[in-house]
Amino acid sequence: MPVLWRRLLVFTLSLTPFALLVYRTATQQLGADPAKTIVLFTGEWTIYFLFTTLSVSPLVKLAKWRWLMVHRRMLGLFALFYALCHVAAYLTFILGLDLSRFFSEMVKRPYITAGMPAVLILIALGVTSTKGMMRRLGKNWVKLHRLVYLALALGWVHVLWQVRSSYFEAVIYGLITLTLLGMRIYWFCKRRSAHSKA
Amino acid sequence: IAEAKASPDPVADELTPYEHVTSYNNFYEFGYDKSDPAKHSGSLKPHPWSVEIAGHAEKTGSVNLEDLLAKVTLQERVYRLRCVEAWSMVIPWVGFELGELLKQFKPTSRAKYVAFTTLMDKEQMPEQASRFSTIDWPYREGLRMDEAMHPLTILAVGLYGKVLPNQNGAPLRLVVPWKYGFKSIKSIVKIEFTEKEPATSWNVRAPNEYGFYANVNPNVDHPRWSQATERRLPSGLFSPNIIDTQMFNGYGDEVAQLYRGMDLRKQF
Repeated sequence: MPVLWRRLLVFTLSLTPFALLVYRTATQQLGADPAKTIVLFTGEWTIYFLFTTLSVSPLVKLAKWRWLMVHRRMLGLFALFYALCHVAAYLTFILGLDLSRFFSEMVKRPYITAGMPAVLILIALGVTSTKGMMRRLGKNWVKLHRLVYLALALGWVHVLWQVRSSYFEAVIYGLITLTLLGMRIYWFCKRRSAHSKA
Repeated sequence: IAEAKASPDPVADELTPYEHVTSYNNFYEFGYDKSDPAKHSGSLKPHPWSVEIAGHAEKTGSVNLEDLLAKVTLQERVYRLRCVEAWSMVIPWVGFELGELLKQFKPTSRAKYVAFTTLMDKEQMPEQASRFSTIDWPYREGLRMDEAMHPLTILAVGLYGKVLPNQNGAPLRLVVPWKYGFKSIKSIVKIEFTEKEPATSWNVRAPNEYGFYANVNPNVDHPRWSQATERRLPSGLFSPNIIDTQMFNGYGDEVAQLYRGMDLRKQF
């Protein structure tokens, strides 16, 4: 399939959860507390897109799916998109756009304190995701974009700190996070030892 | 249940529609999403049902639910329900005063508290078998004797003039309208008169978050949610129904005297 078609497909698939949410909102299928449903839904999809984005390079490496590489940026940008929806929905539908409460909640609730820097990281990475920015930042671009690992770890802490009655989600997310980050650490150590031998 | 008399002074607030009352529930024995209890509580068998009365009372033992209901007067009570998660509903319960029932068992002078236990049955309540659950099942709750005997405290067997659906705690549940919803324990199988304050599930799970008293109090913040306001359900998206939370959920005139002399910041 030509790259352009694949791009279109990835874009459409990535936007489907959002379209579904809009449809359910419009047809009033979100239940008694739509605010909470939307905040949870967009938050979950942020995590899913972070998982997907960070699975690209392992798949390229291990399964030799080189064609996947060109789609990584779009997947990452969708993680940012859902994260922004998540914050916007919380701010609008839960806090009723009360900015002063937004800041006091951010300080008071550890899970929000952990989540906000993750969103800021995603914004920074989104802004610097263009070809021009890549060129301008050169080597530093790679260093900067390693922050996505921190964003994922913070996202997981954000979930873990909200555990109430079941660890199920937090454990599953934790296993995926550890696998994705663990692979990077393993490769990093391997590269290091290869360097030192040479 | 349909013949239950209306309460003498109904709450003026608009009722939360039946579909929302019965599809938006916290009943973790059936799952963790709000929609799970309505989907998965079909495995609960509320008939036949019996309740064990135990502890410091002259009469104890197991009672059939039918026998128990034959000795009480059912009435309709419209109450606000305020969840600790900062949402609330207004529900027309059908039930009877808990005190009316407790008196029949002649609690002794050593009975200072009343402890309640939910059914423990992994077949009927599948999440009780979950390895990931943070709660030590069965679910337990408790009240001080004067709270239990208060005329506002009821045991409900129905809502909206219908038999209580499984997801709402069939066949018998507690309703304490001035306390956060988690105090109102569902599907009760045991009522015990105790001398000491009984262990309660959420308090054991996270004592810094959930107190034994759990009175609705906008001035005592919860680590996860601000308690100053609440979303009255159903809450629209662009006209969010965000209202100020009232002390004792608006039942202060009736119940504030129960807590005279107590520091409600410490004994939250």
